[in-house]
Amino acid sequence: MAYDKFNILTSTAVPLPLENVDTDQIIPARFLKATERKGFGDNLFRDWRYNADNSPKESFVLNNPVYGGKILVGGKNFGSGSSREHAAWAVYDYGFRCVVSSFFADIFKNNCLNVGVLPVQVSPEFSEQIFEAIYNDPKAEIEVNLPEQTITILATGAQESFEINSYKKENMLNGFDDIDYLQNMKGEIESFANDLML
Amino acid sequence: MSKTLFDKVWDSHVVRKIEGGPDVFFIDRHFIHEVTSPVAFLGLKNRGLKVLYPERTFATADHNTPTINQHLPVEDPLSANQLKALEENSKAHGISHWGLGHKKNGIVHVVGPENGITFPGATIVCGDSHTSTHGAFGAIAFGIGTSEVEMVLSTQCIMQPKPKKMRINVNGQLGKGVTPKDVALYIISQLTTSGATGYFVEYAGDVFENMTMEGRMTVCNLSIEMGARGGMIAPDETTFAYLKDKPLSLKGEAWDEAVAYWKTLKTEEGAAFDKEFNFNASDIEPMITYGTNPGMGIGITNNIPDADAVEGGVATYKKSLDYMGYSESDAMIGKKVDYVFLGSCTNGRIEDFRAFASIVKGRKKADHITAWLVPGSHEVEDKIKEEGILDIITEAGFTLRQPGCSACLAMNDDKIPAGKYAVSTSNRNFEGRQGPGSRTMLASPLVAAAAAVTGVVTDPRTLL
Ligand code: SF4
Repeated sequence: MAYDKFNILTSTAVPLPLENVDTDQIIPARFLKATERKGFGDNLFRDWRYNADNSPKESFVLNNPVYGGKILVGGKNFGSGSSREHAAWAVYDYGFRCVVSSFFADIFKNNCLNVGVLPVQVSPEFSEQIFEAIYNDPKAEIEVNLPEQTITILATGAQESFEINSYKKENMLNGFDDIDYLQNMKGEIESFANDLML
Repeated sequence: MSKTLFDKVWDSHVVRKIEGGPDVFFIDRHFIHEVTSPVAFLGLKNRGLKVLYPERTFATADHNTPTINQHLPVEDPLSANQLKALEENSKAHGISHWGLGHKKNGIVHVVGPENGITFPGATIVCGDSHTSTHGAFGAIAFGIGTSEVEMVLSTQCIMQPKPKKMRINVNGQLGKGVTPKDVALYIISQLTTSGATGYFVEYAGDVFENMTMEGRMTVCNLSIEMGARGGMIAPDETTFAYLKDKPLSLKGEAWDEAVAYWKTLKTEEGAAFDKEFNFNASDIEPMITYGTNPGMGIGITNNIPDADAVEGGVATYKKSLDYMGYSESDAMIGKKVDYVFLGSCTNGRIEDFRAFASIVKGRKKADHITAWLVPGSHEVEDKIKEEGILDIITEAGFTLRQPGCSACLAMNDDKIPAGKYAVSTSNRNFEGRQGPGSRTMLASPLVAAAAAVTGVVTDPRTLL
């Protein structure tokens, strides 16, 4: 699925300082029944965001008008649990283009990269600084610079670099996905398959 | 350089290495189900692509299928729509499809091995994180996202950097009433839910060597719960005996040739791991979880740890106990139970039903308990009947449901009501996993059976 190119993102951020946020919270299983990739943003963090009668839970950060922006800042071990790519779709579809955490679960991170959400892993200290900056001033902007691989808290100037492999970086910068790449090496794949025993 | 089991299987499936990027990784077997495949097929359609090797993909319906009255049309229109999409997509692309009502239908990770689709040295993926189950056969098996499902359908490859390697050794003798599930929950409690993130695990040592294939599947299944991409166990005579003569296993000379190759799939002396752990079998008790992730597990006779005794954030820990309605230092023994769920790709195989029956035999279901006993496949269901297990559980006041994922992720009607407590043999105790507001304690089939007949959390060793 094609997605928007990612270059430099400057935005306010939404703080969610909980640890081990799992994919069942990001998008509960009962919302996985679509056969199209549409409308998942509405159910992002569904059970934390809404009461059983669908009224918004005021205490949850997405319902707090003070916070907003295209960056979600999560706690440690963000995205653990199931392989559902719907979790990454929901994050993207809601309007986030970047998730920041001091530690990501593998599959979630991989899924994000495949759907155009940039996962930025920072040190625990930097993660604390971001939370502090947002809580001091919800209008505080964060700059995520993919070409330079840096993340900066503009208010304080604090900066850290982050890692991303050069292949995925190219993809994100151009809005390409892996299928485009694989399609271009079909011949090589077929001759590989011909040599297999099973 | 000496190679590990994982190296051997991984390296033999790399089609191309990308400098500074992932490996282009060839996939031997691909399982699909109704929930994570429709959007992938839609992607193929939008790009005008075909399925490259339909004979390498297998479809089964399991995630949102009902577990009663499977002969009737599926009521929930969204689920019915996904089931129909799976059927139509499979048909359009020439993929074998074991839909609802098919005699081979069941949970993807149960029917794969049962039919010999899984084999040693294979690379296996599915849009479901518990694909790690198949690692029990010495395969590299892991869960993938829907974009990757689309990649495998169209090119039989995905793009993955090679994970780091971890070995977990468990040696010694397991005590009475200690099952493979307990071994896995114990390891996760020691490593935490992120302790193996970025790694692929090899399980080694006598405990795994002496384990049945069913037990090995349970252990490998839960690898993902400590963050690992997957786990694997070197294939041996137990593996070959299990696979021999399965419907889709190789036959005759081809089988002999394959076995000769499979025997080479072992970690060589001196091969390096990035991380290694050693545990003693005698330290493991029947386990139970008390919190909202699978790492929050303790020996069943222990008390819930204090917040300052656990690693990680105190706030997150307290939120978790609050959700469960528990307090620090509570004993788990005697905790109230409302529901018992026996099933899932973790513990929905015949051995799990035998274990359950061994405790409920001659006893009665506690009156207030609702028990959902859900076989992992029709084949398991048939064996339950053949072996007389159905008579035992019926006598004890239980009924048997039809195969599917059921309350493991509660996408169908099998939802634990809000606030209720369930002892479940499945794999995740996340908030709301088994239904909004549900409270899950993960445990073995023996602990589930003990709870089912006593109505509270009970040490199964007292009933054996
Ligand atoms: S039983 Fe649970 S974990 Fe296993 S395949 Fe089904 S939903 Fe996934």
